[in-house]
Amino acid sequence: MEYVAVRCAAKDCKAMQTVKMVVTGPFAAGKTEFIGSISEIAVVRTERKISDETRAVKAQTTVAMDFGRITIDQDLVLYLFGTPGQRRFDFMWEILSEGMLGFVVMVDAVRPETFREARSILDTFRKYSETPFVVAANKQDHPDAWSPEDMKIALGLDDGIKVLPCIASQKESVKYVLLELLYSILERVQD
Amino acid sequence: MALKGNLRDFSLHQLLNLINLAHKTGALTVKPEKAANSSNGHSAPAALFFREGRLIHAFYEGKPARLTDVLVQVGRLTPEQAQAVRQRSRIDTDKELGLLLIHNGFLSQNDIIQGVRGYLLETVYHLFTWSAGDFRFEPNELPPEERITVPLSLENVILEGNRRQQEWERLLDEIPDLDVSLRFAERPSHIRNISLTREEWQVISFINARNTIRQIGEYLMLDEFQIRRVTHGLKQNGLIELMQSPRAEPAIPKAPLPGVKLSRGVLLRIIDGIRRR
Ligand SMILES: Nc1nc2c(ncn2[C@@H]2O[C@H](COP(=O)(O)OP(=O)(O)OP(=O)(O)O)[C@@H](O)[C@H]2O)c(=O)[nH]1
Ligand SMILES: [Mg+2]
Repeated sequence: MEYVAVRCAAKDCKAMQTVKMVVTGPFAAGKTEFIGSISEIAVVRTERKISDETRAVKAQTTVAMDFGRITIDQDLVLYLFGTPGQRRFDFMWEILSEGMLGFVVMVDAVRPETFREARSILDTFRKYSETPFVVAANKQDHPDAWSPEDMKIALGLDDGIKVLPCIASQKESVKYVLLELLYSILERVQD
Repeated sequence: MALKGNLRDFSLHQLLNLINLAHKTGALTVKPEKAANSSNGHSAPAALFFREGRLIHAFYEGKPARLTDVLVQVGRLTPEQAQAVRQRSRIDTDKELGLLLIHNGFLSQNDIIQGVRGYLLETVYHLFTWSAGDFRFEPNELPPEERITVPLSLENVILEGNRRQQEWERLLDEIPDLDVSLRFAERPSHIRNISLTREEWQVISFINARNTIRQIGEYLMLDEFQIRRVTHGLKQNGLIELMQSPRAEPAIPKAPLPGVKLSRGVLLRIIDGIRRR
């Protein structure tokens, strides 16, 4: 193998910077959908068929993680990591949360039976990192969706926490959630 | 009479076969050659001890191999626990250290044996990745009395060692250079049903144009064999690609861990970038 010494002028020799955000939440909350709506690469869906009791909800679940990419400019890339929905993959959470800029907790607004689980996931992630986060009240296009205000109460969240309406299949909605998270992050940065 | 030679001419495989078949007792020291690729970065000579054809003890020269050191290395004991135990015992025999560990409820006897076993195996397997180096077998030389010995039959060691040696050679072919960085594959859409190990996850979370494979390995405390294996696995799955041009000078000398301290400027760029999508 031959090596070419890469020496470049200081001007165009900036290193590429990558930042990451994590998308978490209970099983079938819409994490994969969310990342897929905004990522420029096909989301790596490491999905597989699921057991009978959960099949009623959907046929496939993410067994490892999803990741998506958003190129901001020539030397800045944002990665979105989606956590697997099933708790037996918890061990990955801490690894995924390492160095994250912030996180989104996706909650299925149509399935209040998952709210308790969502709260527990949220609390776990807060323990890993003090980075800002937002809660996405997903599937607002569904007639039975709970409103973000009601969900905030049901989840027992403080007033200061953003619970945002979301439709993960719509890019504009995903952008809105990410931007709200970024604004929260910006507030904490003092230059 | 001592047996002397070089691994280039008489491989570890052949040596161990001989020791096994002839039920030899004694010490084998191996000194890796500088140029020889060593999978765990050890360039210190290693010593292996045998009793009647079974491996009983091993260490790298200059590296303490007391029971507590060994157990820390294989992750059975924390450095703090090891220190606590050592402070309580003035005599430094493994037997005494072992008893203290058991009495303090740190480990069971079985944990200790499994730990020592694991250490022995790791050491001897690493030697299989040394392609060249002078060796010397000194008959009837045994480890220092105060050290614990766990006898291991050589047959399986030879088989597994050979497998590792072949894997190591293949990995060297596939990933000759650790000073390149990794990137996510552009078109990973054909991927289905892969399940990743914890180590693969850890490596993935450090993928970044500025981190070389070597830096990721060092940060995660994986040796060259392990980091190559993990990287190769991810590459096989189509998840990642190696960046082609190696850097002459890394932009940042030490592995830049994914940090969260972003400047306002960078944040504003991200915000702008997302708005424009
Ligand atoms: N109506 C509606 N359906 C959605 C929305 N977001 C996701 N879904 C559907 O909800 C189901 C679950 O979405 P996924 O993105 O697979 O959920 P997930 O959180 O990745 O699930 P796991 O990986 O199994 O935990 C799928 O059938 C999606 O099509 C939404 O905003 N509105
Ligand atoms: Mg998913």
